[in-house]
Amino acid sequence: MNYLLAFLFGGLVCAAGQVVLDKSKLTQADLMVILVVVGSLLSALGLYKPLVDTFGAGASVPVSNFGHVLTQGVMEGYAKDGFFGVFAGGVTKAAAVLGAAILFGFTAGLLFRPKG
Amino acid sequence: MNKTFTLKNVYVEETASVVGPTEGAGPLGDLYDVVIPDEIYGESSWEKAERKMLIESIGLCMNKAGYEPADFDMILAGDLSGQLISANFAARDLPIPFAGIYGACSTFTLTVGMGALLIEGGFMDRVIAGASSHHETAEKTFRFPTELGVQRKATATWTMSGAAAVILGRSGPVRVSEVTFGRVVDYGIKDANNLGAAMAPAAFDTLERHLKNLGKRPEDYDLIATGDLGSVGQIMLKHLMGDSSMGSGNLTDCGLLVYDTRQDAHAGASGCGASACVFSSHFFPLLKKGHIRRLLLLATGALFGLTTAQQKESIPSTSHAICFERVEES
Repeated sequence: MNYLLAFLFGGLVCAAGQVVLDKSKLTQADLMVILVVVGSLLSALGLYKPLVDTFGAGASVPVSNFGHVLTQGVMEGYAKDGFFGVFAGGVTKAAAVLGAAILFGFTAGLLFRPKG
Repeated sequence: MNKTFTLKNVYVEETASVVGPTEGAGPLGDLYDVVIPDEIYGESSWEKAERKMLIESIGLCMNKAGYEPADFDMILAGDLSGQLISANFAARDLPIPFAGIYGACSTFTLTVGMGALLIEGGFMDRVIAGASSHHETAEKTFRFPTELGVQRKATATWTMSGAAAVILGRSGPVRVSEVTFGRVVDYGIKDANNLGAAMAPAAFDTLERHLKNLGKRPEDYDLIATGDLGSVGQIMLKHLMGDSSMGSGNLTDCGLLVYDTRQDAHAGASGCGASACVFSSHFFPLLKKGHIRRLLLLATGALFGLTTAQQKESIPSTSHAICFERVEES
């Protein structure tokens, strides 16, 4: 059941993105930013956490989850460290994702020598 | 009306083409001189691969005609990469005076037209005109890094990997008889995924001026071939021609001849290589054998850059027309 729910919601996000790309003049980069911002807004309204709880990886794998993590980090940072926590919190919370992206990107670059 | 040049003394002596594996698997696959085994062609970068293809096409053309570099007065060549690095670096290996010429995908008929006028004017006796494009270098120059794996839109053309060279001289089996250089036309199309639509008005503008200047009709040519309008641009050109009193004539598009539909190339092939390779491998032999007698080739070019596309400017386009005629044996 977990797999099915994850597939349904994750697939829905991707399908919606595909419709936007096909029907509008937005680029892939535009769409990525939109997903992050939407995730961030839903998170701020307290709506993203229930999605992750219900749909698991279906909600946490799409890039909208990155917006959710950043927003939660900012909120937690503010609660813990006050004003400066707003700036540090997002990156602190997302540190694992950022670190992994850099490590895997670097490793792939070393192995496959990109030419594009 | 800006001039159309009519020429009496310029001929295509020989042609050669080198294309990528996808192009080699297309309908014209057997006609190209060389089909390279893979896009990288044993080099360490796409740029070096494209350069190698251009050098090879020029060398092959010289060999086929039995000439040495000293027999040429000039090479005119261009490509799609920034600062014309394929043509400029190719010329480094060739001891012949060189001018790099940029006309985007219209480069081939631009170099042929300029070379032909240099010969007709009596300044030069033998000139090489060439053009190259490479799918991966063009993606990098105009779109996204290839590793990003961005989805392509159905209206997008596929920049072909191909280089071709022709030798222009004072005798040969095919004559260069008419040249009309293009004005730069902009109908306000901003979609870099739909270059055919941006270039169709430019092809129409040049075609209309060419025919008016000479008092001719489309039917006076056995074949009118545009460069790389693709399926979308060709429909637009047919509409523009139908709306004028011109009629349609026997219209084809080099970009639509390169791939078959199973190759999933969307709107067709594009790039400097399209008109250059299709002329060299397909039209030139047809003219030599007499299957067609008069060909009007209108290579089309979208004169935009990545920066102007990102700044959401519209796409100015151009097209240069050359009439190639079979020399009848007397």
